[in-house]
Amino acid sequence: MPDDQTRISLRIPAGLRSRYDNFIGGQWGAPVKGRYFTDPSPIDGARLAEVARSSAEDVELALDAAHAARDAWGRTPAAERARLLNKVADRIEEHLELLAHTETIDNGKPIRETRAADIPLGADHFRYFAGCIRAEEGTLAELDNDTVAYHFKEPMGVVGQIIPWNFPFLMAAWKMAPALAAGNCVVIKPASDTPLSLAVLMDLIGDVLPPGVVNVVNGHGSEVGAPLASNPRIAKIAFTGETTTGRQIMQYASENLIPMTLELGGKSPNIFFADVMDADDAFLDKALEGFALFAFNKGEVCTCPSRALIQDSIFDRFMEKAVARVAKIKLGNPLDPNTMMGAQASHGQAEKILDYINIGRQEGAHCVIGGERAHLGGELENGFYLKPTVFVGHNKMRIFQEEIFGPVLSVTRFKSVDEAIEIGNDTLYGLGAGVWSRNGTTAYRVGREIKAGRVWTNCYHVYPAHAAFGGYKQSGFGRETHKMMMDHYQQTKNLLVSYSPKAMGFF
Amino acid sequence: MPRRVVVTAEAADLIRRLKQQHGPLLFHQSGGCCEGTAPMCFRQKDFRIGVRDVLLGAIEGCPFYVGGAEFEYWRYIELTIDVVSGGGDSFSLEAADGVRFATRSRLFTGAEAAALDAAGPPPFGPQAFGTTTPSVCS
Repeated sequence: MPDDQTRISLRIPAGLRSRYDNFIGGQWGAPVKGRYFTDPSPIDGARLAEVARSSAEDVELALDAAHAARDAWGRTPAAERARLLNKVADRIEEHLELLAHTETIDNGKPIRETRAADIPLGADHFRYFAGCIRAEEGTLAELDNDTVAYHFKEPMGVVGQIIPWNFPFLMAAWKMAPALAAGNCVVIKPASDTPLSLAVLMDLIGDVLPPGVVNVVNGHGSEVGAPLASNPRIAKIAFTGETTTGRQIMQYASENLIPMTLELGGKSPNIFFADVMDADDAFLDKALEGFALFAFNKGEVCTCPSRALIQDSIFDRFMEKAVARVAKIKLGNPLDPNTMMGAQASHGQAEKILDYINIGRQEGAHCVIGGERAHLGGELENGFYLKPTVFVGHNKMRIFQEEIFGPVLSVTRFKSVDEAIEIGNDTLYGLGAGVWSRNGTTAYRVGREIKAGRVWTNCYHVYPAHAAFGGYKQSGFGRETHKMMMDHYQQTKNLLVSYSPKAMGFF
Repeated sequence: MPRRVVVTAEAADLIRRLKQQHGPLLFHQSGGCCEGTAPMCFRQKDFRIGVRDVLLGAIEGCPFYVGGAEFEYWRYIELTIDVVSGGGDSFSLEAADGVRFATRSRLFTGAEAAALDAAGPPPFGPQAFGTTTPSVCS
């Protein structure tokens, strides 16, 4: 295997430029202070592009452009906005391979995932919200013979969006599509680790949307994100990222009294009831894949099923098959279509995960597979590769409570349905969960008791549009990937109309 | 009395430079996602400490807080604050320069844990920094 892997070197797609500025007012412009940073690839550490290291001044320029476009875009008829969002989706689909390739070399995730999931889901998101805006209606109520209350939905105006590095393209689509559909103009900051897929997208759709409707400001959290989130010229801020920063964003939002949506972390339990082993069939096979899905996107997912709760009576038999399944995970160059798990997104991220593996051992958890760096050799030796790792322990350990954000699974056992629910809920977070049972009633009851916004039932890691996604507890608030997200990007205007010519009699 | 949070020479150096550049700083660590589970370094005026945040100590004169809920799991852990390169994007002040504070954990020994328990719970809340005793400040 090492020989095959090393022959697939880091191919740079033809559509990728060597320098990216900011996309403001329909065109690329250099950052005001003229500073750039280098964006490396996690595949082999090689340098991919120079990207604008923007500052507060660039945020102001982006807001200028967004405000200039604001009224016209807000008044654009729904059908026309939908037509343009569908055109964006068309462009994404026409250039799927370029976008998938770019995403893979910037983030390190396998090309089979970017081709099959990230990019197509992104395109679909624009189509979904194009449909939502076409079908949207307000309401009216006849309050009495003379009085009618009309409820109209109106755009908020200009909104700020800050997205993470783990699904750079998909997170951009999740944020942009509902905001644009609802008639807002957007200033969006991609993560500085992974700015390329959004930059390539703007090259592809720059002529589709009117200038100023989407503005991309590249740079770092403290230098761009903070001035954006605290700016009085945004009507709303959306953020996906970690908890302390989520608090800081809320504090900024409070200064300007603006609403926000936050998607923070998770420590999602994947719960396997004994009946999954009632037969050695396709469903058991699916459940075993479900167990191994902690390795999807190399574990760098807020909804990583990073805890597995296995019913005591099947524990040993299930683990034997499940660990064998994990052993089959193919690690390698993410550009190889056979690779199942790629590189962690950065050196720092790999270090953090290794530290948690160390913590797990210190706490007395038993490592049954993995637990170390993967040395892929050759050109990949400088990449950030870790082996998929499984620990067995108990739910009070740090590796069961803290979000590791890597391919590390913590497994424990439970006896009863009530215990499964108790352990499942014993976490600060509430983003995702998985429930696996052949018994529909058990699955339903447990799913309703788990305090998480997304409970996958007999599946995991599927993110179709029109299924609401968001957190309970410390995982944040607001629901994405569903038309209800549009409510977060709209105001309600009540026109309270009197058809009576007579005064009330007060004054 | 064991310290709950300590700092490497490299990290101390970085903190001194950041203080010169940005003024008084604080650290807050919680969890979750992406750039999380790493100490966030902010200007003191840019982050409001909550009543449940626990003050573990100070590094280079800067208070180091952790989220109250997370502290339950870090009660017997010594945190060493280090610096890594290529740490990725973050709202933490040092990240824009391509480095990142990182936390390494060590389980306290039985004796250390007993000493900490005997001393009572660490201070918490925004007013805690002004009232900490010299033994928990570096």
